[in-house]
Amino acid sequence: MLSLIGVPVVLLGLVLRFNPLLVVTVAALVTGLAAGVPPLALIAALGKAFNDARYVSVVFLVLPVVGLMERAGLQARARELVGRLRALTTGRLLLAYLAARQFSAAVGLLSLGGQANMVRPLIAPMAEGAAEAALGPGDANRATEIRAQAAASDNIGAFFGEDIFVALGSVLLIVAVLRQNHLSVEPAAVALWAVPTAIAAFLIHGARLLRLDAWLRRSGRSA
Amino acid sequence: MIRVSAAYDLAGLVFAAIAVASALARGEAKRFANAAFWGLLALSFLAGDRLGNLGNGWLVLGLALIGGLLGLGPAPAMAAEGAPRAARLGSRVFLPLLIIPLVTLVGTASLGLIRPGGAPLVDPKQVTVISLALGVVIALAAAMIMTRLPLTAPVQEARRLLQSVGAAAILPQLLAALGAVFVLAGVGPAIQSLMGAWIPLDNRLAVVMAYCAGMALFTMVVGNAFAAFPIMVAGLGAPLIVGRFGGDAAIMGALGMLSGFCGTLMTPMASHNIIPTALLDLPPWAVIRVQAPTALTLLAVNMTLMALLVFHGR
Repeated sequence: MLSLIGVPVVLLGLVLRFNPLLVVTVAALVTGLAAGVPPLALIAALGKAFNDARYVSVVFLVLPVVGLMERAGLQARARELVGRLRALTTGRLLLAYLAARQFSAAVGLLSLGGQANMVRPLIAPMAEGAAEAALGPGDANRATEIRAQAAASDNIGAFFGEDIFVALGSVLLIVAVLRQNHLSVEPAAVALWAVPTAIAAFLIHGARLLRLDAWLRRSGRSA
Repeated sequence: MIRVSAAYDLAGLVFAAIAVASALARGEAKRFANAAFWGLLALSFLAGDRLGNLGNGWLVLGLALIGGLLGLGPAPAMAAEGAPRAARLGSRVFLPLLIIPLVTLVGTASLGLIRPGGAPLVDPKQVTVISLALGVVIALAAAMIMTRLPLTAPVQEARRLLQSVGAAAILPQLLAALGAVFVLAGVGPAIQSLMGAWIPLDNRLAVVMAYCAGMALFTMVVGNAFAAFPIMVAGLGAPLIVGRFGGDAAIMGALGMLSGFCGTLMTPMASHNIIPTALLDLPPWAVIRVQAPTALTLLAVNMTLMALLVFHGR
């Protein structure tokens, strides 16, 4: 039971707004020591897991390209293009991105979208540009809300699309874990049972995105 | 054979160039802390496989101390030059960003088929990451030709973006390491026995609710549904939902993982929320606040679907 001590360490650290790197490192050390792992073996385990997880940080490879094109006016151009299309409101634009993201993830193209290569350079500035074209310049609150909505559309589209694709990532992990527990299932069956939730995710989040336009209009008037 | 280490080497070179540029940025606050942090990360990507587990462990502690205690400096501003060319580039400015997914796509579909002399040219398990790295190289060449900015510009601009993410850049990787320590320390079995003490295990609907909610909650703690899934399946899903009550294993697996994704949407521990918060310059809980209503509704949907479907035919 003592090994659970890392959980309150993480929660307390996050609530008290300590530096997250320190919180996570301390949680890992405290958990390991409480469970009786020798200190050096614990540090080695941390190192091995960190090294094995390097693929997580490969996304930063796109930063030189994104940064260079931002300097060449990428975000301004994205805003300008969207501003010309009057029918393209913030909510409808994000709804279209949600659909495209979910569909492309469902056919295995998870790497087409993403926060670093799509949301920051294109989707967020376009969504802000659409609001600017319709409602005029906004305040910091509006910018925060729109950017957070853009990030959320990417995440929700990716999560509830990828589980429908048979040959990659989560479906294969599900099949592998079930097999470890002596349950044999077909990947196609797992993917099939992800479809109802995927449809629900699109309907629920899509409806919220369409209400975003009304919210933006209201908050624009009161400001 | 081209392995995934080629992509890590490339990322290592980018981090190393950023470290050097940080050290040379005179008058910038904390420039040596910045240089040391990105330098250590470069070392991890370039030489991680040769440092040994303990060496990598000290490296992680070093990163945590520099990033957590010293702290990194603020992001530099974007260089002003280059703006006049923007008008002339027009919509071609989007081209390099479209090259990356396009090459990733074509590469993933085709690189695995190239087998000179019978041996694969590219590690078949890592085709996507390698294709992504290739796409970045081609896109970067195109971007340099189009913008005619100096050769130092991509390093400066990558440094501006990475510095705006700050030390949080390594948090997703560090959280993966925390998950490994949790497994080592036996956190899974501890949670299992804890749940067993609180839940009426002879009621199949209560077990379904506990399994879905447990997936979401445990994912929120460890920041990753993939880490929570094996623990919840071994604890409740396989022995009880399938074993005792005869539920359908595919439904139990699919809807369990999807419940975990609902947890991912609500936790500050997930890289999916950390990275956009940093990249879009948002306050800490902004992304989660937007995602939570959708996540909670979907969790209820998953519980209902599983309660209705998993015991079908029984």
